[in-house]
Amino acid sequence: MSEGLPRVQRRRHFKSVMANAIIAILAGFAILPLILVFSYIARAGLPALNLDFFYKLPAPAGELGGGMANAIAGSLLMVVMSGLMAIPPGLLCGLYVAEFPNQKLALALRFVIDLLTGVPSIVIGLFAYAVLVVPMGGFNAWAGSAALAIIMLPVVSRTTEEILRLIPGQLREAGLALGLPRWKVLLRLIIRAGRSAIATGVFLAIARASGETAPLLFTSFNNQYWTKSLSEPVASLPVQIYTYAISPYEEWHRLAWAGSLVLVSVVFAINLLSRLLLKRGAK
Amino acid sequence: MSLKRKVRGKRIMKTTILEAQHVSAWYGSHRAVQDINVAVKTGDVLALIGPSGCGKSTFLRCLNRMHEEIDSTRVEGRVFYKGEDIYADNVDPVAVRSAIGMVFQKPNPFPTLTVAENVAAGLRLRGGFSRAEIESRVETALRRSALWDEVKNKLRAPGTSLSGGQQQRLCIARALAVQPEILLMDEPTSALDPISTGRIEELMTELKKSVTIVIVTHNMQQAARISDQTAFFLMGKLVEHGETSQIFNAPAREETENYISGRFG
Amino acid sequence: MRSDDVFNLTLRALALTVIGGFLALTWFLWKSAMPALHVAGVAFVWRTEWDPVLGEFGALPFLWGTLVSSLLALLMSAPVSIGAALFLTDIAPRGIRAPIAFLIEMLAAIPSVVYGIWGIFVLAPFVREYVHPLLNGHLGFLPLFDGPPFGLGMLTAAMVLAVMITPTITAVCREVFRSVPDPLREAATGLGATRWETIRLAVLKTSISGIFGAMILGLGRALGETMAVTMVIGNRPDISISLFKPAATMASVIANEYAEAQGDAHLSALAAIGLVLLLVSSIVNIGARWIIKHTESKTHV
Repeated sequence: MSEGLPRVQRRRHFKSVMANAIIAILAGFAILPLILVFSYIARAGLPALNLDFFYKLPAPAGELGGGMANAIAGSLLMVVMSGLMAIPPGLLCGLYVAEFPNQKLALALRFVIDLLTGVPSIVIGLFAYAVLVVPMGGFNAWAGSAALAIIMLPVVSRTTEEILRLIPGQLREAGLALGLPRWKVLLRLIIRAGRSAIATGVFLAIARASGETAPLLFTSFNNQYWTKSLSEPVASLPVQIYTYAISPYEEWHRLAWAGSLVLVSVVFAINLLSRLLLKRGAK
Repeated sequence: MSLKRKVRGKRIMKTTILEAQHVSAWYGSHRAVQDINVAVKTGDVLALIGPSGCGKSTFLRCLNRMHEEIDSTRVEGRVFYKGEDIYADNVDPVAVRSAIGMVFQKPNPFPTLTVAENVAAGLRLRGGFSRAEIESRVETALRRSALWDEVKNKLRAPGTSLSGGQQQRLCIARALAVQPEILLMDEPTSALDPISTGRIEELMTELKKSVTIVIVTHNMQQAARISDQTAFFLMGKLVEHGETSQIFNAPAREETENYISGRFG
Repeated sequence: MRSDDVFNLTLRALALTVIGGFLALTWFLWKSAMPALHVAGVAFVWRTEWDPVLGEFGALPFLWGTLVSSLLALLMSAPVSIGAALFLTDIAPRGIRAPIAFLIEMLAAIPSVVYGIWGIFVLAPFVREYVHPLLNGHLGFLPLFDGPPFGLGMLTAAMVLAVMITPTITAVCREVFRSVPDPLREAATGLGATRWETIRLAVLKTSISGIFGAMILGLGRALGETMAVTMVIGNRPDISISLFKPAATMASVIANEYAEAQGDAHLSALAAIGLVLLLVSSIVNIGARWIIKHTESKTHV
């Protein structure tokens, strides 16, 4: 009979400690860019941010002053439009795929939606260009909104589908047993049950659409002035940031930083709010 | 503490190999195990019995420091393995588990390893064994767990390709390959069919000649069949502990009597 | 019963519209690309000349740029993502898991154009002032590290991409590791394995195909990234092995040239590149999904 506990080999113990440390460091590397990017945008954008930014139009190239009022308004406009175009169909698509999984059409829809989530946003811009810019004879807000809508719809559909799948079948059975028609069960009962999570999904889709640039580059294009009609090009915050960032003018760089700060803040705010909503709703 | 027994004319010194002193265990703020004092003699099979939720599995896991692997848990008290407190500050739990092995309720072979690799897993972790040594240890372990004849021609098959009963014996072999002095078994047959259960009970009677066993079981008949000593747990406390024949035929406490006779389960 | 029928019909009609819409969009893209493909044939994909003025169009430089930048990004992101996922599932104390996971998810929320701006004004100068002298100064004889101290180029683009795909890969790996049943971890720990050995034996070994699926998904993401890449890659349709030379990707050339395309042939060629991009990223994404689904069913025995 041997005496006492075996000694753990130092080699193995050391390896484990080192591995744990390396894993922790890698996790740190994962977060580091967040801190770097956010602190840079804050540092560069805050000094450049003033009230002018929010209500003035862009100044001519090289000149001081000016703002991105039209870009902010344009983004708001297109996000609202695309939201109206994409959210109701997105919800219904998610509902359809989740509640009728046996129908071949639902499976096909699921596949298409999955495909769409993988399509690069610039290709979606090409889609919108072909369908709305060419026939309308030029860049316009409809095309931009449509492009954003195509991006939003799969996101809304996917999250709705996932949430509805989590809702237990008993709820549906209970509703049907009460004599309600299926559509009432689904719309009134089931969607209500998942409404905070679904709302979160919708908000996230909106946040995503607000930050998109590529599909707008040749759909809504850009506009140095206020847009008078939806069939004209319209400025948007991301596109304006991009245009100014790659320009050679110092002043425009400053505006680009300010714009980035505003954009990131808005996107983060929507994200955080929707999470808070989720937590509240889960209670 | 030692007892001398006569077995076939030979005298065997029975010493205490494992002793728990004032062991308590918590899940968060819930105290699942209260002030347990129990000693296990070398070569014995100690059965821990009691109704569901009485803390017997939790206590078992305190014996090889597995309980603390769960989040927000705490253990107080001491557990002496051959006189050494496994909960002492300078003791690495990894060392404890090399000397005190464990078999779990549901068989859990590594799915990406073959039968032979599963058994050899503990040896490979320790390192320093030649190929030949590993092969012979694997065979020995499989023979001790009464699985060798069934798998000797499929040592390269995936561990999960075996039947439930075979997988459990594979896990027993895996635990035995590192040659622990004590084997802890947490309801090892509750997920198996009666035939597999019988085979594992058979191999345990052979096994106890070389390994001390502490087994948690829901099945009283199983405890009565295979164990030398029995400890009855109720609501986290050790109610009674003694020779199996005494516990089952002449229990000293009323609660034990009630449980044995099936008045509650 | 009737109201239900109406509802069902509405849903089916919507589904048909969406599916039909997708098919129509693909067809429109195909139509736009046809002229260019008609002229060059399949050879379009491996032609290397890109000169809108002369009317020479070939997709290879952009295919190259996309694949190299994405694969390089994957190389840099994979260890970090896998490590972060392991940290969240097996190493970190319970209390800090949620905050750290949240921070990583916030990375995914940053718009591409903001990453681009950070790339131009922070990362590119960093590469120019530190990375280039280090690699080019010491190992510049290698064609890999040859190139001007421009700051904008393949390496910078790959670095930004790596940051951007990390949240995706981490999230998927996290799910994969979480789905490894705890009894498997207990089997390893009960055998006397150290924390790292348990991770290696029970978690990593059983998750290999899931990790692979996560990486392919990350690759799919990288392939389609546009703005950040466009802003830091330098936008030259050249094929080169050098990390420091400017390059271009399929997405970046479309972003750069489409709005001001010179003539129908140019537009068509860009649409053709869009088509190739669509094809490549769809295949990669479907492949990734399939791998991940296939993995989940294995561990859920």
